[in-house]
This record gives sequence, C-alpha cells and structure tokens, in this order.
Amino acid sequence: MTSLQIDGLMPIVIFMLAAVVMFWGGHFLSVLLSPRKPNSRKSTPYECGEEPVGTAWSAFNVRFYVVGLIFIIFDVESVLMFPVASIFNELNNAGEGVYILLVFLSFISVLLEGIAYCWKKGDLDWVKSFQISSQDAVTKPEAK
Amino acid sequence: MNSTIVSFLLKYEICQHLLELMGGNGTLFSILIYTTAALAIVGLCATIGGLGTYAERKISADIQMRMGPNRVGPYGILQFLADGVKMMSKEDIAPNTADRFLFYLAPMLALTGVFATLAVFPFSEAFTLTDLNVGVFYLVAISSLVGVGVFLGGYASNSKWSMLGGMRGASQIISYEIPVTLSILAITLLAGGMSFGGIISKQQGLPINWFLFHNPFAFIAFFVYFVGALAETNRAPFDLPEAESELVSGYHTEYTGMRFGFFALAEYIEVFVVSGVCVALFLGGYNLPFHFEVDFFPIQLVQATIFITKCLLLYYVVIWVRWTFPRLRVDQLMAICWKYLTPIAIFNLVGCAVWMVVFNGRSLAQLIFGGH
Repeated sequence: MTSLQIDGLMPIVIFMLAAVVMFWGGHFLSVLLSPRKPNSRKSTPYECGEEPVGTAWSAFNVRFYVVGLIFIIFDVESVLMFPVASIFNELNNAGEGVYILLVFLSFISVLLEGIAYCWKKGDLDWVKSFQISSQDAVTKPEAK
Repeated sequence: MNSTIVSFLLKYEICQHLLELMGGNGTLFSILIYTTAALAIVGLCATIGGLGTYAERKISADIQMRMGPNRVGPYGILQFLADGVKMMSKEDIAPNTADRFLFYLAPMLALTGVFATLAVFPFSEAFTLTDLNVGVFYLVAISSLVGVGVFLGGYASNSKWSMLGGMRGASQIISYEIPVTLSILAITLLAGGMSFGGIISKQQGLPINWFLFHNPFAFIAFFVYFVGALAETNRAPFDLPEAESELVSGYHTEYTGMRFGFFALAEYIEVFVVSGVCVALFLGGYNLPFHFEVDFFPIQLVQATIFITKCLLLYYVVIWVRWTFPRLRVDQLMAICWKYLTPIAIFNLVGCAVWMVVFNGRSLAQLIFGGH
C-alpha cells in the first residue's frame, strides 16, 4: 500500500523537476545565445526613464494585509470543509443526511458570520477604508 | 484506487517484457514510464501554451478587424517559435538593486506550480499520471505556488511598478481562491470525493449527466468558478497585476528574455490547466456519450482528444472574454470577489448540500427522466 502511495506521488516530483530543468535549460541556452553588454543605465530599475527615487521596499498600503488576513480565515475554513464534503454523499446514503446537513450548515453559518462581520466593519470595502484613513490624516493634525 | 498509467500499461505484453528487461524492478519501470509521459505532457502543454499566444494574437486581431501575425510560416502559425528564439537571444538584465536570489526563483516557482498541477491532470481514463484521492484539493493547493511566484517576482525586482503589480497580484490571486475553492467544494460534495477519476466517472453519459446540469446551484457554481479562475490566472478583465496602461507591465516589468518567457508560458499553460479543471469538474471530462471497454487502446486517444477539445473551447472563451471586456478597477475587483462571488459561492454550497439531502442525491435529469 505504501509503495502504491509513493508510486502515486512520483509524477508530482518528476513534473516539478521537469519545470526546474526546463527553467535552467532555457536559462543556459539564453546565456549561450544572448549578448552580454551590461552598463549601469541598463541595470537600474525602470521608472519611466527617470532616475529611480529611493527603493521600492518601503511601507506599503495596509489594505493588502487585511485582505491577506481575511483570506487565511476563509481558506482554513474551506480546507476544513473538504473532508466533510467528501463523505457527505456516503452519510446521506446511509440515512444520516439531515444530521450531516445540520452540522454542515452550522459550520457554514460561522463562515457567513465571519464574512458579515468583515463586511460590516468595512474591511471588504476598498474605497471606504481609504476614506476613513484619509479622514484620520485630516483630523489628527488638528488634534495636535 | 490509484488507476495510474503504469497499471494500465502493464496490461500490455510489450510493457511486461520491458519490465522483465529491467529485472522486474517496478520502481525503475514506473520512473521510466512517468518520465516519458511527463515529457510528453510537458511538450504538449508547452506547445498548447505557445500556440495559445498565437491564438490570442490571431483571435484578438480578428475581433479588432486586423490581420494579426501572418509572416512566420503559413498563416503565421510558427510565430510562437520565432518569439521563443527572440526571447532566448535577448540580453538577460537584472536590476542592480534587485534581490538576485528571489529574482531568479520567482519565474521558476511559477513554472513549477503550473507543471506540478499537470501530474493529476485527467487527459483520459488511463492517461491520468496519478489519480490522487485528494486530486482537486492538491491542484488548488499547488497552483498557489504561481501566486507566490507572481508576488516574489514583483517584490524581488525592487521596482515600484513591479512592487505594485506583485502586491495586486498577490491580493487578487488569494482573494479569488475563496470563491473558486468553494465552487470546487460544491462539486466535491456532489461527487462524494476529491479524485478526478471519481468525479469524472460520476458524469458518464449524455451531457445532461454533467455536473453543470446536476442542479441549479451547480450551474451557478460553474460560472462562479470560471470567473474566479479567470482572475486567478490574471487574465483580462482581471489583469490588474500586469495592467499595461497603469503599471507598465506589472510584476514582470524588470524581467527580460527567457525569464519573462517563462512567466508568460506559465500563464498560458495555467489557462489551459484551469479550463481543464473546469471541464473535469463541470463539463463531463473525458467521458464519451457511450460506454466502451477501457482496455481498448484507441478509446484512450479518443477520450484524450475529447478532453483537450473541450479545454481548447474553454480556452477560446477565455481569450474571447479578454478581448471583449474592459479592465476592472481595483476596488471593483475586490468588491466582486468578496461581496458577490464569495456569498454566491457559499449559497451554492448550501444549496447543493440541501439538494443532496432533499432529493436523496439525485440530479435534475434523474428527477425528470427517472432513474436512481
């Protein structure tokens, strides 16, 4: 049984290796074929022809972080639902349909509660959260 | 039930001779088979990806009443080879401020993520390299590597355009994964399993038996999946990470030559993979309307042809959508994902669950025409 399982996972490794080999193979070919005339102008990051101002690795908009947080919650919950969904049919045929449906619905209602909370808080709202932060920026200097 | 290609091929005498020639070493034999099949599939998909770029340009030209590429080869069909040669002979430039390691890693990750999904890709009943019992789940999980590649590509370039594109790409890809996963979950629930073989075997027969027509909720789930998949592959109208009129070229602004080529290749193969998943989950996969014995070899070819044809038809739809709809704004993008698609997907999931319990697992067609 274990050998069969390993057997089933082997193609995945082979495909990943194929991607790595293809990448470095293409890279090697391009090293052979392409010209190499580096100069300092060429290797500056593109900023519409201007000299780049500062680095791109600076503080970034926090909304992306909020989206990431919401995503993690929903992703974990959907992962947890996969096993239930796989055996749903089996249990339904065994006459446990209503029970499993109630369990499933109660779990989904937690998920729905989560999305309703995020919605109400305005975290799903790209523009609104921007307006709030700009209002803060306006009112804060007055408070000082 | 791991009906992999090895166990199929072992039914043939010539393969058994080959196995004996290797001293009966099963592992070595399966490595050989898998490697050969993997090379064939990679070759096929790279060609499809390459021809995809050609098809895209030709179809867009048709939509905009232009000629499109018509110089290289008959009707310009060899354009993608010429593009490949051009990309290889371009100078490879990396910005001097970039994070070199991540800069090289990013396109490789994107390519690895896409290729790894091909391992569970159900071309036909036997030409599924491995029919994992968590097939769909594995596919969703491993294709996230593409998102990591996109984000790292944007981050490592240390260019503002790339950074913006990478950030947008990351947030878009992870956001749209939720409706996509929930739609897949609905189909998992209907099929009672996550393996592609199991899901497709539940859709045998006429198109009315496809999961697309199983119940009204599954029908909506198909569109939710398709829209979400479009966004996950960064295709227009969701191509914000590489919006050329806003961000120069988005996350691959700083990529030149072959490394840009690999990003593009990964994207075009991913469109094919996404259409393949769509076909397998909703459109009946490789099933023929009639029942044949699996052992009969040409049937496998017919099945693979049917599967690839369906995929290419969806591929056409994807291109068609790209050249028809204008691009969304970033706030519209997030609103569509979180305020429309996700609640609709949850509604579909609940609907499917209730349907299964109320009608005892019968599809709409079975309710109308009878059957168990």
